[in-house]
Amino acid sequence: MAKKGGKPSLLPLVPDDIEVHVPLQALLLADSFTTKFRPITLEKPKVLLPLVNVPLIDYTLEWLASAGVEECFVFCCAHAAQVTSHLTKAKWRSQPNFAVTPIESHDCVSAGDALRLIEQRGVIRGDFVLVSGDTVSNMSLKEVVKEHQERRKKDKLAVMTMVVKRAKPSPSTYQTRLGNDELLLAIDPQSKQLLHYDPGRESGGRDNHQHQSNQRHVKLERSALNDRPSVQLCTNLQDCHIDICSPEVLTLFTDNFDYQQIRRDFVRGLLSDEIMGNKIFTYEIGREYAARVENLRAYDVVSQDVIHRWTYPMVPDIPFGADTSGMRFERCNVYKATGISLSRTSTVGENSVVGQGTEIGEGTSIRRSVIGRGCRIGKNVSIEGCHIWDNVTIEDDAQLKYSIVCDGAAVKAGAILKPGVVLSFKVVIGPKFIVPAYSKISMMPQPTEEDSSDEELEYADAASGRAESPRSPFLEDGDSRNGSAAEDEEEVDESGNWDPDEVGETGAGYRWSIRDGTQEEDWRHSVAPIPAEKIRELVAAEEEGETEEADNDIGAAARDTPAGPGVEDEEELSGDEDDDFEKEVEGTFLRLAEGVSGVQQEHVVIEVNSLKLAYNKTFADCAGAMFKALMSLALGLPYTSAKELLANTKDVVIKWGSLLQKFLKGSDDEHEILLTFEEVCLESHKEFAPLFSQILQEMYDKDIISEDAIMAWAKEKQDADDNDKVFVKQSEPFIQWLKEAPEEDDDDEDE
Amino acid sequence: MVAAMPDCQASVDDFVTKLRRRQVEGSQNTAKQTAELLRLVISNQRLPNVGQAAVLIDVVKTVGLRMIAANPIELAVGNIVRRILHIIREEDVSLTSPAVPGVSVESDDDESDTKSSYSAAAVAAANRSALRAPSLHNLLESIPDPVKAPEAPAASVADSESRSRSGDRNSVSWKLKHNVIEGISELLQDLENYHSQVAEQAIEHIHQNEVILTLGRSRSLLQFLLEAKKKRSFQVVIAEGAPKYQGHILSKELAEKGLQTTVITDSAIFAMISRVNMVIVGAHAVMANGGVLAPVGMHMVALAARRHAVPFVVLAGVHKLCPQYPHNPYTLLNDMKSPAEIVDFGELSDCLDVGTGGQSTYVVNPTFDYIPPELVSLFITDTGGHNPSYVYRLIAEYYSPEDYVLQ
Repeated sequence: MAKKGGKPSLLPLVPDDIEVHVPLQALLLADSFTTKFRPITLEKPKVLLPLVNVPLIDYTLEWLASAGVEECFVFCCAHAAQVTSHLTKAKWRSQPNFAVTPIESHDCVSAGDALRLIEQRGVIRGDFVLVSGDTVSNMSLKEVVKEHQERRKKDKLAVMTMVVKRAKPSPSTYQTRLGNDELLLAIDPQSKQLLHYDPGRESGGRDNHQHQSNQRHVKLERSALNDRPSVQLCTNLQDCHIDICSPEVLTLFTDNFDYQQIRRDFVRGLLSDEIMGNKIFTYEIGREYAARVENLRAYDVVSQDVIHRWTYPMVPDIPFGADTSGMRFERCNVYKATGISLSRTSTVGENSVVGQGTEIGEGTSIRRSVIGRGCRIGKNVSIEGCHIWDNVTIEDDAQLKYSIVCDGAAVKAGAILKPGVVLSFKVVIGPKFIVPAYSKISMMPQPTEEDSSDEELEYADAASGRAESPRSPFLEDGDSRNGSAAEDEEEVDESGNWDPDEVGETGAGYRWSIRDGTQEEDWRHSVAPIPAEKIRELVAAEEEGETEEADNDIGAAARDTPAGPGVEDEEELSGDEDDDFEKEVEGTFLRLAEGVSGVQQEHVVIEVNSLKLAYNKTFADCAGAMFKALMSLALGLPYTSAKELLANTKDVVIKWGSLLQKFLKGSDDEHEILLTFEEVCLESHKEFAPLFSQILQEMYDKDIISEDAIMAWAKEKQDADDNDKVFVKQSEPFIQWLKEAPEEDDDDEDE
Repeated sequence: MVAAMPDCQASVDDFVTKLRRRQVEGSQNTAKQTAELLRLVISNQRLPNVGQAAVLIDVVKTVGLRMIAANPIELAVGNIVRRILHIIREEDVSLTSPAVPGVSVESDDDESDTKSSYSAAAVAAANRSALRAPSLHNLLESIPDPVKAPEAPAASVADSESRSRSGDRNSVSWKLKHNVIEGISELLQDLENYHSQVAEQAIEHIHQNEVILTLGRSRSLLQFLLEAKKKRSFQVVIAEGAPKYQGHILSKELAEKGLQTTVITDSAIFAMISRVNMVIVGAHAVMANGGVLAPVGMHMVALAARRHAVPFVVLAGVHKLCPQYPHNPYTLLNDMKSPAEIVDFGELSDCLDVGTGGQSTYVVNPTFDYIPPELVSLFITDTGGHNPSYVYRLIAEYYSPEDYVLQ
C-alpha cells in the first residue's frame, strides 16, 4: 500500500516501484500550546473545534492526505484521548494510503517539547512536513518538498523551508484578517533564503505590550548583507505555518533544550546563530490557500474563506473526514444540509451554512453564519455573523451578533448576545438577559492561578478537569449539565447557584472576568468585527509609523554599512546606540576618576572591554569614547583661563594616559583618537579648540599617540576642505618639527 | 446487498477518494477509470447459481452510487455505471431467453464470420455503428434476424468457454460474467477510440477556407481540427477560455501543426463571430433534452452564434450522454471552484469579508455553462452526427429506463 497517490495510474493494482521509496511523512501538532481559545479549549481540544461544522483537524488531515503525504504522526497532548478517539471514529486510522499514528504525551508544555519527544521516538526518517492541527490549506506539497529536497542535496545546511503566502499589505489587513501584527521578513530574493523574521508584537509574548508596532526597527546582521546583491524586506507575506523540515530540525530542538516555540525560539534562534550556519528558506505559494486558525478572529475569517470556497475542494458541499452527508450548495454561498426544516418565512441569507437536522422557526433571519447540526432555532430570532455549533437551542426573539455558541448551549427567549460573546459548552443564558460584548461564559470556572506566561497550555487545567467532554453531536444531555460541569470545582456547590447577573435568571455558567492586559486583546482576537474607530486608529498609527520609518531607514542603513574604523562620518550618523555606549564608558571612567572606593584601573579596562562586546564596538571606538571621557573630565575641573584649562588637561592626560593606552592597539586606533579629538573641539567642547596643538603635543610626549598616526592624520587632511584643516594648520609647526627631526630621541624636547 | 470482494474494495475506496478530492479530471479519463474499476468489481464478484444478473446489478449499483456521490458533477461516472448496468441487463436477457428457440442473439452469424464471439453487446455495438448513417435500409438490415439461423448451437462461442464445461448451469453462470466483462471491454475500446471516431467525420463538416471559432480546449476538438487539416486549409479563431486559459494551449498545439490560428479574449467573441463560418466546441456532458454542459463562457458563444446564424457544433463522445434532465443547472450541475483561479488571494485580501463587518468582495468561479438545446445545431458523436432532438433516441439506445434514476 505504499503506492504514491499522485501518479495518475488507472488502477492501483500493481505497485511496481522497484526503487526504494521514502514515504513523505508529516508531523501534525494537535495542540496549539496557547490559551487563545479559552474557555472553549478547557473542555475540548482546539483541533476538534468545528470550523464550518467539520473539526479543524479533518481539514489538516484531508489536505495532507490529498497532497500525497503517506504517513502522518499526530502529536496529542491536551485532551489526547479525545483526539485519538476522533481519529478512529473519523476513519483516519483506516485510510489505505495514508497512515495516521497518534503519539500521546502528557507532560509537554510547548511545541519544542513535542519535537524533542518525537525525536526520541525516532519515527521520522526523512524530510517531513511540520504543521499544526489547525491549518487549513489546499496547497500542493509536491513542489515545495521537491524544492526542499533538491536544495538539501546541494546544501546540507538548508534544514527548513517555510511556506509563505502573499497578502495585500494594507494597514489593517493583518489585524482584520488574522488578528496578528504585520510580519516582517527579510528574504534574499535570489536564493529565497530567510534572513530575518519579525512577527511584530507577538514576538516577545505578552510582556511586550508596550512595544509599539510603529516604532519598529529592523536590525539585520551585517553578515546577512555580505555577499548579497540585494535583500528584500517584505511586509506583504503571511506565514502559513507550514514547514518542510529535515530531520536535523528535531536534533536542533534536542540540542537547544530551551527552544519552546517553533517561530519565536527556533526560527529566530537559527537565524541569529551563525556558527552552525543552518539556513531557512521560504517558498511562496501563489493561487493556493493556506492559513492557520490561531485565534478567534482567524477562526471567523477562515470560516468565511471556506464558505467562499477559497479552500476548494475542502468546501462544505464536498464531504470529507468524518462527515459523509455533504450539503447542497445554493446561490450566494448558502449551504443547506439534507433534512433541515426551514419554516416558510425564515430567511437564510448569503454566506451561511445550516447543518443537518436543524430546525429554524418562523420569521427567523440568518446572515453570514454557520449553524451546526441538530440545532433548534425559534421564531423571530436574528442571527448575524455567528458560529453556532451542534445541538444549540435558541428560543424565540433572541438576537445574536458575531458570537460563538458551543455545543449544547441554550439561549432563552429574548436574550441578546452582543458582538464578541463566547458561550462555551452547555451554557444557558436566561430569558431577556443581555450579554455584554466580548464576554466569555463557561460552565468551568476561570482558573484562578494567574500564569500568564505564554507557555501555558490548554492542557494544564484540563488535566484537573474532565477528560471527557460532551462529544455526542446528536444527543441532548441537558440534564447532566450542571452536575457534570461543576463536579470537581472547588467553590461551586451543586446546580443552580449561578449568578443571575452573569447569565440571567435560570441561566447557567460563569462569566470569566477580563484580566489585565487582555482588555486590549478583546477586540483584536474576537469574532466580532473590529470597531470602526479601532481600524481608524490602526491606519493612523500605521501612517505615522511610515513617516517615522522613513527617518529610521537612514539610520538603519548607516548602521548596516560595513564601515571601516577610519570612516570619519560614522559617529555622526550612528544613532542612539553610540551615545549610549559613550555614556557608559564615560560613567565607568568617572567612577574611577572620582575615586569611588574599590574601583581599580583594571576594573575599568575589563568593564569597557565588556561594553565593547555588548555594543559590538571596536577598540578604536573604545579609545574614542575613553578620550572623550578624559576631555570632559578635564573640562569638569575648575579653570579660569585657557592656560589653566591646558594645565588641567595635561594633568588628566598624564594621569590617565596609561589607561587610554590600553585601548590603543595600533596606529589606526590612535588615528581614531585624533579624529575624535577634532570632533570634540569642533562640537561638544569648543573650549579646547585653541589648545588643540598643545594637547596633541602633550599626548605625543606621553606616548599616547605615535608619530605615524599624526603623520597619517595630517596626510589625510591635506585634501580636505579648509574648515576641516583648521586643526592641521594649527598644529602645523608641531608637524613640521616632527618631520624635521625624524628618529631623534623623544626624551629631551621641550618647547 | 452483496458486498464486493475485499481486494477490489480497496481500489474502489481509492478511486472514490480520488473522485472526492477532485484528483481525477477529464470526462474521458474518468469514464475509462470507472469502467475499468467496475470490470474489476464484476470479475471479482462471486456469483450464486440463480439470479446472477440481479446480484451483478446490485453490486454495480452499490459501487456506482458511491462513485456518483463522490463527485456528482462528473456526470461521466454515472453514465458509465448506467451503461454497464444496461450491458448486464441485455446479456441477461440474451442468456435467459434461449429457451425460446430462435431468439438467441448469439446465433446471428450472418453478419460477419470473422467475429469469434457474439455477445449481445457486440451486436448492440454493431447496431450503433449502423446509426452513423441512419437510413431505413440500414436499420432494417442490421437488426439481428432471428429466423435466419435458428439452430446455431449456443456453445459455439469461444475456446475459453470449454474450460467451464463441467456443468451446464455452471457454464451459463460463467457465461453471463464473461459476456458482461467482454461488453465492458468493448465499451473501453469505444472510449479509447472515440477521439479518432469523432475526428474521422471532420472532413464532412469543415470546408476549404472556412473560419472556425472555438473556446477553450478539448482533446477531441484538437484531433478533429488536425484531421480536417490533412485535407483542407482553414482558419481557427480561439477564444482563450478564462479562467483556465486552455485556449492558449490549444493555439500552441495547432500552430505547431501549421494551422492558421487567431487567439482572442472571451469578450471579443461577439466582435469576431460575424467573420466565422462555424463554431465547433467540446462539451462536458450532454443532457437528455439535448442541452449541453460545457466550460464556462460557452453559453455566450452559443448565443453569439445564434445571433449571427452560425452553426454551433458540439463534439461529444457517447459517454458524455447523460440520461438526466437539467433541473437547476446553475448549482446542481455546476462546480464552483476556488476563486483563486480568477483572482490572486493576495490582491483581494484587504477587501474580502474580513473583520470590518462591512461590505466586501465576493468572487464566484463556476466551471460550467448550460447551453439549452435550441442553441445547438449539431452533435458530432463517435456514432455520427445527430440533432439535439435526436438525443432522446440515443439515450434509449445506450441505457435501460430502469437505470435512469439510480437508487
